[in-house]
Amino acid sequence: MSGTGPRENIFPTRMALTNTKLRLKGAQTGHSLLAKKRDALTTRFRAILRRVDEAKRKMGRVMQLASFSLAEVTYATGDISYLVQEQAKSASFKVKARQENVSGVVLPAFEVDRVPGSDFNLTGLGRGGQQVLKAKEVYAKAVETLVELASLQTAFMILDEVIRATNRRVNAIEHVVIPRLENTIKYITSELDEMDREEFFRLKKVQGKKKRDAEASEALRKALGAQEEEASAAPDVAGGGGDLLGSKDEDVIF
Amino acid sequence: MATQQDRNLLAVIGDEDSVTGLLLAGIGNVGQDQKKNFLVVDSKTQIPVIEQAFEEFTTRKDIAILLINQHIAEKIRPMVDKYQAAFPALLEIPSKDHPYDPSKDSILKRVQKLFGE
Repeated sequence: MSGTGPRENIFPTRMALTNTKLRLKGAQTGHSLLAKKRDALTTRFRAILRRVDEAKRKMGRVMQLASFSLAEVTYATGDISYLVQEQAKSASFKVKARQENVSGVVLPAFEVDRVPGSDFNLTGLGRGGQQVLKAKEVYAKAVETLVELASLQTAFMILDEVIRATNRRVNAIEHVVIPRLENTIKYITSELDEMDREEFFRLKKVQGKKKRDAEASEALRKALGAQEEEASAAPDVAGGGGDLLGSKDEDVIF
Repeated sequence: MATQQDRNLLAVIGDEDSVTGLLLAGIGNVGQDQKKNFLVVDSKTQIPVIEQAFEEFTTRKDIAILLINQHIAEKIRPMVDKYQAAFPALLEIPSKDHPYDPSKDSILKRVQKLFGE
């Protein structure tokens, strides 16, 4: 019995062996598929990683530009922050979630959904209206960059999670499931072999016994046959006929 | 997946200038229950207030992206680092007075870590 390593608690029969072999095959197929999936995701992940890095740096520049244009507004019109904060009612700049499929993983991507609104039309009416308009545009551009970055980042988070899960599964199959199935197969094979040997030995034993019995019965039969012959010979003697020397007579002393 | 379709707002936690600029772009939204999707943080704002707003914005179901100024994220860094969910996407943005520092960004930190491996 190969008691090395963990194995399934299973009764060693030929059917169980077939089943386990099938399962091992299935596990191997699954392993290679998952490994492929992981590779595909990792490729995607690396590409996104690079883009996240780039976009983050780009965002730094864009936001700087936007702050600058806001500074222009403040210079031209004075502080409008309170006005703007109080005027905010409903968003004209929204995002829409779109979905993208990468080898079975749904990655959301945000899309800018902008309604040309008339918000803050009166802002800067007295002076600096142009700067306000310009700042609006610059900020809208900046937010577009931010939205793009956000969708990249979301994809990054989800991919990270999925890759981790896939890795866990690949490793589990590779280091736990497959060795266990292999151990089970080894165990079943060895048990079956053992049974075979036992059976063989038993058969041999039975054969030997039978032979012995046969011999014994043969000997008995012979002995019986001899006695019978004797018995049948005796009445002949009594009858006066037959060969006296043919059979041994106990009464004959010499 | 249907829940993600409902997320179409952006939220922002930032200093006055950042919030003003983003509101100018049109992201401002005030719900029927007077719930704003932005929070202005100045030097007098208490940290629990920021934390509460962060908590609220990350649990609201209609927000797709949460923008937060990096120097404010720095104040509640443990919370930001702990935040791992995909939705809403958390984005640290630079502010006027505080230039962007990639080494502090919780996402970029992970990126760097992954590239380092």
